[in-house]
Amino acid sequence: MPSLIATPALQGLTPVTHGSLTLAEATPARLTSVAPFRGQAEAVGRALDPLGLRFPAANAVIEGAGGRIVWTGPGQAFLLDADPAPLAGLAALTDQSDGWVGLRLSGAGCEEVLARLIPIDLRPQVFGPGTAARAPLGHMLSVVMRRAEGIEILVFRSMARTAVHEITVAMAALAARQAG
Amino acid sequence: MRITCPHCGDRDRREFYYMGAEDYLHRPAEGAAPEAWNDYLHLRDNPAGVTRDLWYHEQGCSAWLLVTRNTVTHEILGVRAVDGEAAE
Repeated sequence: MPSLIATPALQGLTPVTHGSLTLAEATPARLTSVAPFRGQAEAVGRALDPLGLRFPAANAVIEGAGGRIVWTGPGQAFLLDADPAPLAGLAALTDQSDGWVGLRLSGAGCEEVLARLIPIDLRPQVFGPGTAARAPLGHMLSVVMRRAEGIEILVFRSMARTAVHEITVAMAALAARQAG
Repeated sequence: MRITCPHCGDRDRREFYYMGAEDYLHRPAEGAAPEAWNDYLHLRDNPAGVTRDLWYHEQGCSAWLLVTRNTVTHEILGVRAVDGEAAE
């Protein structure tokens, strides 16, 4: 097999800083869709236990020593930065590592930036640690997660440039208002 | 108009894709009479008032939802997920 040149989707696009806000790449090293087979939900939970994880409830993200797992819909979650091997036979597993990019927006006012693009309440008192959501970013599907450092967003890799453009326009507009 | 997704909560209706009447959940059994298939494929009520139809939360959790709504007032009267209901 020839060795192909890997080009990161966000190459040259991040990081971007406007005022107190920074948009940085946060693409998981590994991303696996996990859909437990019928009747296997408990077994999937037990298999995740050694990673310090369990199958997440709706709109939840769980961080463990061995990675993260985020709810992405009824009966489906994304396992991030972890080896899905312990789940083999218990859940439908799909490696989607190449299909998504992650972005992290951090700094004071990050919720106000995203309020221009994501039509859900992302203020910390509502969207705090451990919270996630499936929500549109502009017209793009996304997975939104709260992290200690800020808010992380997963979008399709093919949407990387558009997502960065949309978010940086909102960042610049908000930074301009803060400066004035 | 807003729809309360049973998984995601209160969301704008533009996050949802409209599929059509609840009738799509009632597929005739294999070997059903041609009339039953005709009704299933083609015959729809067109009520001025309360109706039930299928919506898809395409910009959210990807769940199929059964929405009860009023076509006159645009009021949403109820929403529930239909996972597994159409399975055999």
